[in-house]
Amino acid sequence: MLAHALERVCEAGRLARALDLYEFQGKELFRRFGIPVSDGRLATSPAEARAAAQELGCPVVVKAQVLTGGRGKAGGIKLAETPVEAEGRAHEILGMDIRGHTVHKVWIERASDIAREYYLSITLDRSVKRPLFMFTTEGGVDIEEVAATNPGALVRLHVDPLVGFRPWQGKRLVYDAGVSDPGEQRQIAAIVGSLYDAFVGCEAMLCEINPLIVTTDGEVRALDSKFTVDDNALFRRPELAELRDVGAADPLEALAREKGVTYVKLDGEVGVLGNGAGLTMSTVDVVTFVGGRPANFCDLGGGGDAQGVVDALEVITNDPQVRAIFFNIFGGITRCDEVARGILQALEQMRLQLPIVVRLDGTNADEGRALLEKAGASNVFAEATMLDGARRAVELAEAA
Amino acid sequence: MAILVDTETRLLVQGLTGSEGRFHGLRNRAYGTQVVAGVTPAKGGQEVDGVPVFDTVDAAVRETGANTSMIFVPAPFAADAMYEAIASGIGTVVCITEGVPAHEMLELHAYVHARGVTLIGPNCPGVLSPGKANVGIIPAEIFREGSVGLVSRSGTLTYQIGHELTQLGLGNSTIVGIGGDPIVGSSFVDVLALFEADPQTEQVVIVGEIGGDEEEKAAAFIESEMSKPVVAYIAGFTAPPGKTMGHAGAIISGSSGTAQAKKDALEARGVRVGTTPTETARLVAELVST
Repeated sequence: MLAHALERVCEAGRLARALDLYEFQGKELFRRFGIPVSDGRLATSPAEARAAAQELGCPVVVKAQVLTGGRGKAGGIKLAETPVEAEGRAHEILGMDIRGHTVHKVWIERASDIAREYYLSITLDRSVKRPLFMFTTEGGVDIEEVAATNPGALVRLHVDPLVGFRPWQGKRLVYDAGVSDPGEQRQIAAIVGSLYDAFVGCEAMLCEINPLIVTTDGEVRALDSKFTVDDNALFRRPELAELRDVGAADPLEALAREKGVTYVKLDGEVGVLGNGAGLTMSTVDVVTFVGGRPANFCDLGGGGDAQGVVDALEVITNDPQVRAIFFNIFGGITRCDEVARGILQALEQMRLQLPIVVRLDGTNADEGRALLEKAGASNVFAEATMLDGARRAVELAEAA
Repeated sequence: MAILVDTETRLLVQGLTGSEGRFHGLRNRAYGTQVVAGVTPAKGGQEVDGVPVFDTVDAAVRETGANTSMIFVPAPFAADAMYEAIASGIGTVVCITEGVPAHEMLELHAYVHARGVTLIGPNCPGVLSPGKANVGIIPAEIFREGSVGLVSRSGTLTYQIGHELTQLGLGNSTIVGIGGDPIVGSSFVDVLALFEADPQTEQVVIVGEIGGDEEEKAAAFIESEMSKPVVAYIAGFTAPPGKTMGHAGAIISGSSGTAQAKKDALEARGVRVGTTPTETARLVAELVST
């Protein structure tokens, strides 16, 4: 859970402001771009699962729809020989917790007779600033393992973004990976081209098919999908923006999103609030460094008017674990007097009793400090430096 | 000397007539930057506090000799603004705008590098050469002129470290915020090369954060190409590696992207890495005094 929450700190730290899609959503996009997928139906109840299995014809696979990996190992993917069995499997899987994600939907799909499992992906290689295809015939397993133990089996090919995809690239991937069957070669090369179209057409950060299967009849199909879309492109892709499952987020994080605050819950007692992702990450680090445990990562962002501060405090104090709050603000675009006003407004509106340590520097810092001093609230403590502020907040959290 | 912006900079502001562009454009001018033009389509002929506005970058360059552009236009139009600036002969483009789609940056990055021009950003605080010119939103009053080059992926964290340096009596040659997006115009390595060649710069601080492998590449560059001492700070230590959707990201670069991996890569190349911003500034002070 902690690792999972912190992975989202990385997102907040701008690693990947992105929209992750469910398997069934990604497969629908694959289908639209001409990549073969199995027939399936979405179900939110065991009865729906049974009806879907009836309609599709058994055997079927019942697959948990969650925005995390490791579903199979967690028991979230099960085979069913009859519609009644599909109903039972859906009953087991719905409501299951998989790495902190509750299963609300299952995808019912015709079971496939699998002869071979391959892996194909395209992602943004930020290191060389180009899209990168990766393909291997050793699919269906942990691909990081393949990359580590048998790197030669993983074929990589970059695409020049100014030239785009060319058909030779599909052939190159197929031949270099050692696919020998002409039917497979032809189908996979075509899928490579379609995957590039999906990647560009949806402005994706990642399109991954693992496994890409060859059936006993020699047909190549995408059996799974990991599809991640660039948040920054959603303004012109409303049909993709609609795919976001707001209910899948942690309730506090959903509240934060609604309020326009970047918030990630962590597991400690010191609420951390900063402006800018880098400074906020650094503040979380420093709180840890001086012996405290951060309760959250909360970034006010570039602006940070008084109302934004009130909203952020509302989100942070919704977490009952919080014992003290550390405001670490370096004003640039953000004005420290606005932040001070927000703190005072929140104290009044929310009747906050928690100790709040405030460190203000940069734009209008003197005005901000003066406002706080004048108000004279007994639970607000001014500190001059980031390090001293972190120490004070940790002390107050321990004393509370 | 200093790098990227100085007293020779003739700045045009794309989006000068917008509220952010106007505020920061005029603030940059008040600092002493030569702000020679604004560009907003359909507003050519207007003025913003005495700065002439043109419809196109080409017209602005012809009329005013602008050589640097700062971009404040909204995200949907920012990539086009960058293309226009480069096509019109601007040699240094600084894009402040946040939220430029990554796929547009893929093509733009390839275009920029084919043209041999410099792009800083997008989603960055800009470039400040204390005492010479400020292009962007960096609060100049917290920095002093001096010998320390500072390059960072973060905005406010840059201010924090700059402030800590100032507290210790140290100043900066140039502060460059390269931006935190997955694809930006200039990397740590690009900026380190400029600092290495700049006579005013005697020490360099790089401020990195989790994700990507730019810090690891910087470490290799520092070892093989740089004679000047470098100190680093990395944010995100308490964010251990998580499992993200899909696995392609983790295996591309061979780096896990964690703060610890970056620290290890830098220290293996002899670069000292501060645990806190305060300690980082102290490490720089030690370099200066020896």
